[in-house]
Amino acid sequence: MKRIARSTQRPSSLLRPLTPSTHQPRLVPIAIQSSKTTTTTTATTQTVPSSRRHASSLSQRPDSSHVMFPGAVKSAFSNSMTFEEPSKYDALPTYRAVDQHGQVVDPSFKPDLSDEEVIKLYHDMLTVSIMDLIMFDAQRQGRLSFYMVSAGEEAVCVGSASALSSEDVVFCQYREQGVFKQRGFTLSDFMNQLFANHKDPGKGRNMPVHYGSKELNIHTISSPLATQLPQASGAAYALKIQRMQNPTVPPRVVAAYFGEGAASEGDFHAALNIAATRGCPAVFICRNNGYAISTPTLEQYRGDGIASRGLGYGIDTIRVDGNDFWAVREVTKRARELALQDGGKPVLIEAMTYRVSHHSTSDDSFAYRAKVEVEDWKRRDNPIGRLRKWMEAKGIWDENKEREARDSIRREILKAFSQAEKEKKPAIRTMFEDVYEELTPEIKAQMKELKEHLDQFPEEYDLGDFDGGKDSLAK
Amino acid sequence: MSRYLRPAVRLASTASRVQVARPAAPTFFKPASVAGLQKRTYADAPSGTKDYTVRDALNEALAEELEANPKVFVMGEEVAQYNGAYKVTKGLLDRFGDKRVIDTPITEMGFTGLAVGAALSGLHPVCEFMTFNFAMQSIDHIVNSAAKTLYMSGGIQPCNITFRGPNGFAAGVAAQHSQDYSAWYGSVPGLKVVSPWSAEDAKGLLKAAIRDPNPVVVLENELMYGQVFPMSEAAQKDDFVIPIGKAKVERAGKDLTIVTMSRCVGQSIVAAEALKKKYGVEVEVLNLRSIKPIDLDAIIASIKKTHRLMTVESGFPAYGVGAEIVALAVEYGFDYLDAPPQRVTGADVPTPYAQGLEEMSFPTEALIENHAAKLLKLI
Repeated sequence: MKRIARSTQRPSSLLRPLTPSTHQPRLVPIAIQSSKTTTTTTATTQTVPSSRRHASSLSQRPDSSHVMFPGAVKSAFSNSMTFEEPSKYDALPTYRAVDQHGQVVDPSFKPDLSDEEVIKLYHDMLTVSIMDLIMFDAQRQGRLSFYMVSAGEEAVCVGSASALSSEDVVFCQYREQGVFKQRGFTLSDFMNQLFANHKDPGKGRNMPVHYGSKELNIHTISSPLATQLPQASGAAYALKIQRMQNPTVPPRVVAAYFGEGAASEGDFHAALNIAATRGCPAVFICRNNGYAISTPTLEQYRGDGIASRGLGYGIDTIRVDGNDFWAVREVTKRARELALQDGGKPVLIEAMTYRVSHHSTSDDSFAYRAKVEVEDWKRRDNPIGRLRKWMEAKGIWDENKEREARDSIRREILKAFSQAEKEKKPAIRTMFEDVYEELTPEIKAQMKELKEHLDQFPEEYDLGDFDGGKDSLAK
Repeated sequence: MSRYLRPAVRLASTASRVQVARPAAPTFFKPASVAGLQKRTYADAPSGTKDYTVRDALNEALAEELEANPKVFVMGEEVAQYNGAYKVTKGLLDRFGDKRVIDTPITEMGFTGLAVGAALSGLHPVCEFMTFNFAMQSIDHIVNSAAKTLYMSGGIQPCNITFRGPNGFAAGVAAQHSQDYSAWYGSVPGLKVVSPWSAEDAKGLLKAAIRDPNPVVVLENELMYGQVFPMSEAAQKDDFVIPIGKAKVERAGKDLTIVTMSRCVGQSIVAAEALKKKYGVEVEVLNLRSIKPIDLDAIIASIKKTHRLMTVESGFPAYGVGAEIVALAVEYGFDYLDAPPQRVTGADVPTPYAQGLEEMSFPTEALIENHAAKLLKLI
């Protein structure tokens, strides 16, 4: 039998087959063949929404002043030959709502959170920054193999996450502790992953900081750079289709985080282009922190940051002061609304920050930047200090509260830390699971062999460290 | 069956061990003590030998080739200003300037494509990957462009390029950063693939790779960079190259042939010494050096002598380098074999992060020794 090249097959249980729907005005019938059909004669005919633009409908009218080529439908003819020079354009502006002194500078800005809510989010930012310091030192003491800190980027993560719905789907790169914390990842959740104990949802198989949470709708972090971006477009497309099929589902977006270095990877470009052409409700959030490991932005790109690329792909774009919690929150809130308009479309946010920390525990950044540069940045402006100033100006925060908060956070972190360190290791059984969805006959046989061996020599093995001991191998 | 998973007996050493904390440099990864054994193989002027780390040897090879040929340049993430993520390119920027030693944005697809383009236009780029895991992003340029353009262009566009970087597992970097690509690249017509073990290997093979008119993939090993080896006087000279496609007998023997490469060579030598001590058997260790082309003559010559074959590698078992060697041995040397050939490989599982599981995922000296003893029916 002959298969058509792009048959619309049933992709997964998530997606029901498309049926003729009343809210889609443009429908064209196309013949598709069900994946289960075995003869060509039983091919069914269904209708799917057309997204194809027919070039023939755009033919040039005589004496038109505009280009009507299919590739540029709104371009005016010009009789002067001019190459556009990026340097002749001003850099895109950076939006801020509150300046580095904590003063509101956007007259239209009105905080939409109660005092308690702001304090909670400030608490999240503080928690992340204190946890980072403790875990960085713990790595230095050899208590875990690797850690990544996010100093300087707390507002980008906590601010943007606070504007998302808990139902939204999130893809992170690796420096987004703030997003996890804001969405409800507990200190124990962090520590269990870092110490790879039996409570780690990753079952001890991932490097530290590769968090993930099904309950919080955050995909597990993947090491290869920028692969999360096209996947985010795909997840957003799935949400869009889901809603087309069942309009009672609440509208959701995908938020995808990445650094400016990751935006050099081909995946970034593929992700933006496909999200734009497919109308995927995705909010791409770039943390432009000035460094990609040791590579400064000056050597990373020559254009106007990452934001300018969004325009090229036909994507609504904004640049925001990443040290301004309020600005990031406001921008993300608006971006989420935009992403859900017109049946779904991507939005790009470029949040400007400075990576105060080293790239990771494997990096010593003073080999490629001056310590004074970092100290300058810390002193001049930082996201935690700025929100604190705003809160103090409002009279809801003071030195005492700050000290109390820091002390109690520190205590909680150390408590979770020592608890997680003491937890048992994942069950022995997990060593055999999840390479494939089901245990293969070979793996089952190996598991049986191991169980028999352990039964035969009970004195030889101390299995007390492992969750459930050898019982996990039974069935 | 259980060859794919490490035998359960190994649980003994890991399960009963008190693991307070994961040490920064786990003991498991301590270098095999082979320096003493190594020295024996250098008959020529031992007084002139000098100790080199693998890192220094690679650095010297790059410096000599940059010096010798103005068409050679080095490119990769952090190779210039930062001296390389593993300091292999240390000092090269200062010595050769930023036209010859080039930092790139984080775009493997971009800089690999650029290097291939430069090679197709007549330059001789050395393209560094921070690890070969990252080359997955740009593998199309390596496999479809670098390897095939000479053939597809009717022979008018040679591609003299060297891809190099650490390959295989390191310590505690989990599934997506711990893969061995020997079998991947070894399967591609048009590519040559080498995998050095010692400092001499590293220098001689990298120089040969840069000079070779074909695309050559040099698969190094992160855990070997800091290891010290004696370098013979001949190897210290700037005209030293090791021919691609020639294996080296690192340890002569008559009872069993172990064919191995990269870090597993050292482990196999240690296992061979232990087998000699315990059972008085002499194991021949053949350092493959070159994955493609493979030195079939050396393998068959050794089998003719020992009549038994075992391969040791850290790649996945299925469709691997070991599988290829066993197949070749059976095709060309079946009548000389007195026992079924065996493979010792990495486990058929995405590399786990947990230290105990990670240890069980790759060959160790004890495991090699154990399997060799079983093959020889000593236990």
